[in-house]
Amino acid sequence: MELISLGVRSIFIDNMVFAYFLGMCSYLAVSKKVSTAVGLGLAVIFVLTITVPANWLIKEFILKEGALSWMGSGFASVDLSFLQFIMFIAIIAAMVQLVEMVIEKVSPALYGSLGIFLPLIAVNCAILGSSLFMVQKDLNLVESTVYGFSSGIGWFLAIIALAAIRERLKYSNVPDGLKGLGITFIITGLMGLAFMSFIGISI
Amino acid sequence: MKAIKDILDQQRHLFQKGGKYENFYYLFEMAETFLFTPDHTAPTKGVQVRDAIDLKRLMMTVVIAMIPCLLFGIWNVGHQHYIATGQVASFIEKFGIGCYVVLPMLLVSYAAGGLVEVIFAIIRKHPINEGFLVTGMLIPLILPPTIPLWQIALGTIFAVVIAKEAFGGTGMNVLNIAMTARAFLYFAYPGQMSGDVWTYLGGATPVEGYSGATALAVAYDTSVAGTRTVEAALGDSWYAGLYELKNLFLGAMPGSVGETSTLMVLLGAAILIVTGVGSWKIIVSVFGGTLLMGYLFNLLGLNEFMSMPPHYHLVIGGLAFGAVFMATDPVTASHTETGKWIYGFLIGVLTVIIRVFNPAYPEGIMLAVLLMNVFAPLIDFYVVQANKKRRLKRATV
Repeated sequence: MELISLGVRSIFIDNMVFAYFLGMCSYLAVSKKVSTAVGLGLAVIFVLTITVPANWLIKEFILKEGALSWMGSGFASVDLSFLQFIMFIAIIAAMVQLVEMVIEKVSPALYGSLGIFLPLIAVNCAILGSSLFMVQKDLNLVESTVYGFSSGIGWFLAIIALAAIRERLKYSNVPDGLKGLGITFIITGLMGLAFMSFIGISI
Repeated sequence: MKAIKDILDQQRHLFQKGGKYENFYYLFEMAETFLFTPDHTAPTKGVQVRDAIDLKRLMMTVVIAMIPCLLFGIWNVGHQHYIATGQVASFIEKFGIGCYVVLPMLLVSYAAGGLVEVIFAIIRKHPINEGFLVTGMLIPLILPPTIPLWQIALGTIFAVVIAKEAFGGTGMNVLNIAMTARAFLYFAYPGQMSGDVWTYLGGATPVEGYSGATALAVAYDTSVAGTRTVEAALGDSWYAGLYELKNLFLGAMPGSVGETSTLMVLLGAAILIVTGVGSWKIIVSVFGGTLLMGYLFNLLGLNEFMSMPPHYHLVIGGLAFGAVFMATDPVTASHTETGKWIYGFLIGVLTVIIRVFNPAYPEGIMLAVLLMNVFAPLIDFYVVQANKKRRLKRATV
């Protein structure tokens, strides 16, 4: 029940896009078509589900104060948490490389359409953000897996909804100055307004 | 009529290309199409023409369907004013107070939104149509009677500019315009949009024991206190029978101007469905989703609000109004027929969830409609994909 509650909370209430405005760069750039957005969204879910627990392990057994005590009593007072950012980024970058190789092998078409944005997942702030929130929220291994997965779902929902809206916008008559990114920002704001419905729900 | 037509025809050359007031052509066109049926129609021969319906008739049908709610709302504002101040008043007096409160709201909303619409029409050179008459009437109907008029103007301008004109005008918006106006006001000025704002007192002191809480607020407070059932709390209001089931249905209770009466909303729904303007699928599925979710919560029964009989959800708050006039907006709802069922059903489910779980927003229908507006294109996308897949499977090459 705790885990379900955490999952629902991180999909809807603490949505990465609408509550924290994280991961906006690829969110805005790769949302022109639903099929591409689905691909990127799935890649983000996958990367998040792996990196958050992986980073939990790193934090728990290497970085945290006293985490190195398994190496001997001399290490018991070592605190490496200042390395947190750099280690997390390194793990994320390695995982993204892995995903990139898998996608290239399994679906060259998706690989082509994602283009530069796949490597850019490595610097997608939603990914690093989730790992840092994991530290802040003091989750355990199972919880951080659930947290990573459901944050990814939340981001996925946000990007495919935006992509579907942008596909429909082809029939709209947007003023010249607003075409492209401008109207996308307005839509994101309006979607955030709609997502306000969940903010404040306590499960 | 002939005389007006002649005057318009005499002025026409001024507004046409090369004329003196060329830039204001769409203003002229608005006046003309408002007064007379436009003569540019599809060819009368052809299998695709089945009905003479156009945007003008469509929008005017919605306006007509809202009139019962508006008239009842005007009376109800006066009625609530007199029972809160403990006076006995005739029907005419109640109606008079109601007109005094509601008509300025209506005028401000029409004036502010109409002005924005005209400016955009002149600059962007697109026609103005009756669609605004619908939005401009919906906005006052979903606001509390005590709201300052400048806030109505601000909300209307925000919604028309950001939610409608930025997308290119009528038929191109993503979110429902009236709901956007209300959500904007709700988050920008929570003080005037929640709490004891639902009864117009006009400076008079209320009678002893008066409480301005709406049925939804009573239900939520009861569930927090947890000492008795919601039904008992609603039956035991400060004014005899105010929140009894029959009165909840008839709608002589505090609330937004036009939303209180489920009966009048159903009358409007009948007009929309008979004329084919509103989708009955959406209305039915919103009610279905609400009942189902209410019933599931009954089974869970964690607090008193959850144990409230599901049919109460249909008559308290603005659910009926939202389901009939907001969810059925043909632009922002799902466009596919299967999608309409899913879209409406999820609105009902979400409304109940937000009502029961979210202490910040006693009314769920507003945000449920907005949220499903956001997801409607996605639902359509997958319905179309599923249909393509099915037909490809059937095709034999």
